[in-house]
Amino acid sequence: MSHIPDPNKSVNLTIDGIPVTVPEGTSILEAARKVNVKIPVLCHHPDLQVRAVCRLCVVECDGGKKLKAACANDVWEGVNVVTDNARLRGIRRMILEMILAEHPQDCLACIRNQTCELQELAHQFGIYRPGFPVEARHFDIVVDTDTLVRDMSKCVKCGRCVTMCQEVQTVRAINTSSRSVDYEITTPYDKPLIEGLCVYCGQCSSVCPVGAIYENDQTDKVFEALGDKERHVVVQTAPAVRVAIGEEFGMPHGSVTTGKMVTALKRLGFDKVFDTDFSADVTIMEEGHEFLDRLNNKGRLPMITSCSPGWINFVEVFYPDLLPHLSTCKSPQQMFGALAKSYYPSAYGVDPAKVTVVSIMPCTAKKFESERPEMNSSGYRDVDVVLTTRELARMIKIAGIDFPNLPESEYDNIMGQSTGAAAIFGTSGGVMEAALRTVYEVVTGEELDSVDFEDVRGHQGIKKSSVMVGGTEVKIMVANGLKNARRVMNSIRRGECDAHFIEIMSCPGGCVGGGGQPYATSETKRKRMEALYRVDRDMPIRKSHKNPEVQALYEKYLGEPLGEKSHKLLHTHYSTQGKHHWYVPHVTTSKRR
Amino acid sequence: MSKLKTLITEGAGSIRPTEVEDYMNVGGYNGLKKAVTMTPEEIIGEVKKSQLLGRGGAAYPAGKKWEHLLHIDIFPKYIVCNADEGEPGTFKDKLLMGKLPLRVIEGITIAGYVFGAKAGYIYVRGEYRKIQRVLKEAIMHAKGAGFLGKNILGRGFDFDIHVISGAGAYVCGENSALLNSTEGKVGRPRIKPPHLAEVGLFLQPTLVNNVESFASIPAIVEGGGSTYCEYGTPDSGGTKLVCLSGHVNNRSTYEVPLGLTLRELIYDPELGNGIPNGKRLKFFHLGGQSGPIGGPDQLDTPYTYKGLSSNGLSVGSGAVVVMNEDVSILEYLKGVTEFFLHESCGKCVPCREGNKQIYKILCRLATPGAPEPDDLNMLRRLVDTMISASFCGLGQSAAVALNTAWKIFKDEFEINAKPQALGHAAA
Repeated sequence: MSHIPDPNKSVNLTIDGIPVTVPEGTSILEAARKVNVKIPVLCHHPDLQVRAVCRLCVVECDGGKKLKAACANDVWEGVNVVTDNARLRGIRRMILEMILAEHPQDCLACIRNQTCELQELAHQFGIYRPGFPVEARHFDIVVDTDTLVRDMSKCVKCGRCVTMCQEVQTVRAINTSSRSVDYEITTPYDKPLIEGLCVYCGQCSSVCPVGAIYENDQTDKVFEALGDKERHVVVQTAPAVRVAIGEEFGMPHGSVTTGKMVTALKRLGFDKVFDTDFSADVTIMEEGHEFLDRLNNKGRLPMITSCSPGWINFVEVFYPDLLPHLSTCKSPQQMFGALAKSYYPSAYGVDPAKVTVVSIMPCTAKKFESERPEMNSSGYRDVDVVLTTRELARMIKIAGIDFPNLPESEYDNIMGQSTGAAAIFGTSGGVMEAALRTVYEVVTGEELDSVDFEDVRGHQGIKKSSVMVGGTEVKIMVANGLKNARRVMNSIRRGECDAHFIEIMSCPGGCVGGGGQPYATSETKRKRMEALYRVDRDMPIRKSHKNPEVQALYEKYLGEPLGEKSHKLLHTHYSTQGKHHWYVPHVTTSKRR
Repeated sequence: MSKLKTLITEGAGSIRPTEVEDYMNVGGYNGLKKAVTMTPEEIIGEVKKSQLLGRGGAAYPAGKKWEHLLHIDIFPKYIVCNADEGEPGTFKDKLLMGKLPLRVIEGITIAGYVFGAKAGYIYVRGEYRKIQRVLKEAIMHAKGAGFLGKNILGRGFDFDIHVISGAGAYVCGENSALLNSTEGKVGRPRIKPPHLAEVGLFLQPTLVNNVESFASIPAIVEGGGSTYCEYGTPDSGGTKLVCLSGHVNNRSTYEVPLGLTLRELIYDPELGNGIPNGKRLKFFHLGGQSGPIGGPDQLDTPYTYKGLSSNGLSVGSGAVVVMNEDVSILEYLKGVTEFFLHESCGKCVPCREGNKQIYKILCRLATPGAPEPDDLNMLRRLVDTMISASFCGLGQSAAVALNTAWKIFKDEFEINAKPQALGHAAA
């Protein structure tokens, strides 16, 4: 009875009379998908642990009266599953009607209009009028940071966000409380997110099936800046955006849409379209040299990357004692911002006070990062507005741009050129691989035979490897998802970690799976990942230190990596008090109509 | 011959509850003494022969449950006694724990011996504060007498029992929610599978049984499973504690052999002794709020697990709530639904939303002119959805009373409904 399913064994069963053979341990839900039967689900998400609370997926097994949740039950030999009959349809419809009775019906004025899973289910079941009088409870919309918005009137209590926050990210910023009709998803003690443990990774928003948790939309701010003739608006695009934004326009998952995206941004009216990949190359220059400095001068090791702002928040909140392990490098977004308000204006004769820097990021925590008070080393805010991939797609739609059919354009000069090394920043393992390409050549002065470090690629939560760099064995680790990050940090705390250099990304899969990306499952994230490696492969230059614009930057402006100017503009510090140290809560709530 | 038995209630009220000596004077610890001379398989053999069905309400065969757990080779295993007794109208575990705590402890200890467990937990309903103290004292005395703790009866077998207090949630009587609560987590039910026998308390294999089930074990071991079984009927072995309440003359707990009729339970002078003030019986509610409702026509049904279930009824926890002719079935069901509306854990849709919608419809049906045309049809769909699709036993049984009652009292449901509602319901 109590045995662990063996995926090498197969199980034969029928789904609605169709025979199917699947590995042991397959859920009824997955088995049904194999024969093109889509059992409806609301609380289930393929990347999350099963909760089985919506009960939409109930099925009949062997004609039994007792129904089973298809998501929570594995198949067994010889079972005959019925997924659709009058009884099941009636039950599913009733469940939906009950949920809809509690759900606001203002779909037209909802950020998830047409991407809402509840809306889709209601449509699928032909619910055109409410079964019960609608008595949705009204909660104020909570905007307690510039990153995430919570509209709990819309919440269907599926608990995906809680599972994501507690089980996948181990942050526990949100939880369930109360019981029966008062059961709700909330924060501990109902405090604003900013006063709790939230790191703003935004993964909750990426699994919410409805419009209950979503990114704080700042497209209006960008439209306003673009319309302001006084402002010189430059934009940067993060590596992971170019392989995901096409999904918002119905393009195949994993499409590389860099050129179309640049065209769209130019048409939106940005004065310059630059690339965060450029500053990713700069990051490698700085971080690579910082690592060598630590390695040679007995600095604090392992050194851990600092590109992922959710990760930085996580360390500040949960591991303040290990902050010295973090690289002092700013993230590529902030490096770009600092350079866009110093290097770029000096080269082009623009008044830095008039420059607005907009970032397009796969990330909600980037919004938070850009607001950190210390991010103003040029004398101006590094970055002014951060939009997620989803928000940029919204702008493009508003502007009536036919994205899939756009011609391709090139990034603008002096901060637009990049390398393959920078492209893979958008996927777990990419920063490490990019750093190794540069570190190896800086240390040895030799050309790398192969620039591909396969060991650090892929979807696994924690990846380990080692590389011989000029007679020294450098042990490296790569972790993605905060649960895995926590494991790594615990091992450092216990003194059991022998790695020299560690890359950590907040989101599962790295930035391709960021909290601001189009709604997707890990299958899509894998396709985005592959697309980034394709971009890398097809680049004429694949090492950061070979980027001509980066070389020009150091020659004409910065001098050398870790130099005085770099230190001022491109490096930062962290606070053991975490975000609570400086952030003044500015909770706003807006009444629903 | 008296219809009352004292197989497991021997000594209740006549001995000092926590004194081991008193308990031994009424045959206490004979079961454990015999048990330690037997193999686990032999003991489980007796439990199987006894036809003991889980006394908490689910009526799962105890022998089968025990056998399943025995065959799991993961240690440590835990023994948990479900003493949450939250079913309204049920107060039998209170009697056992308050008057005969050592018998419950003995039963748990035998289970500990069978499964090689080191620790047992009694999860006691939060409202039973005093009883928790009685249990703790009894545990202390049992330890002092060598029936608990290290090297029990010189057999090299160590076992300890801890008392855990609930905090008032009815759903914590559901075994997996109970384990979550014991672990210090929020008391909401877990997903099954895996079953608790495999992944239970602290993710270890766990036996969860009701107080009365454990209290039956010493008698089963001492006298043999067959002897125990003979008290009842061949398919429903032994005796059952029945709690009579509501409109009966003698409201109390009785230990009766399984097999009496409901009429005997309610009207026998030695038992319920009829309904006060010469009123007539309107209906009875079995097994607590989660159980079915029966009418006068079903009074001659034998009170056995099989006899009741083949008549659409069930033993459940052993509660028998009697209601006289003055009671409105709709008002009564409103009370039942309100109870579940308060106690639902809220995590699954059918239970969280279903109770609310049912309550609203019942309120309308109880008010002349208020019902909507579609109410009866909606009620039927709601009941079906809750019973079939809810996450745990609470939701699945919350609408059982309603589901059984409206077959008997169809007229009352329809009396306030508008004419078109009748047509709709018939369709």
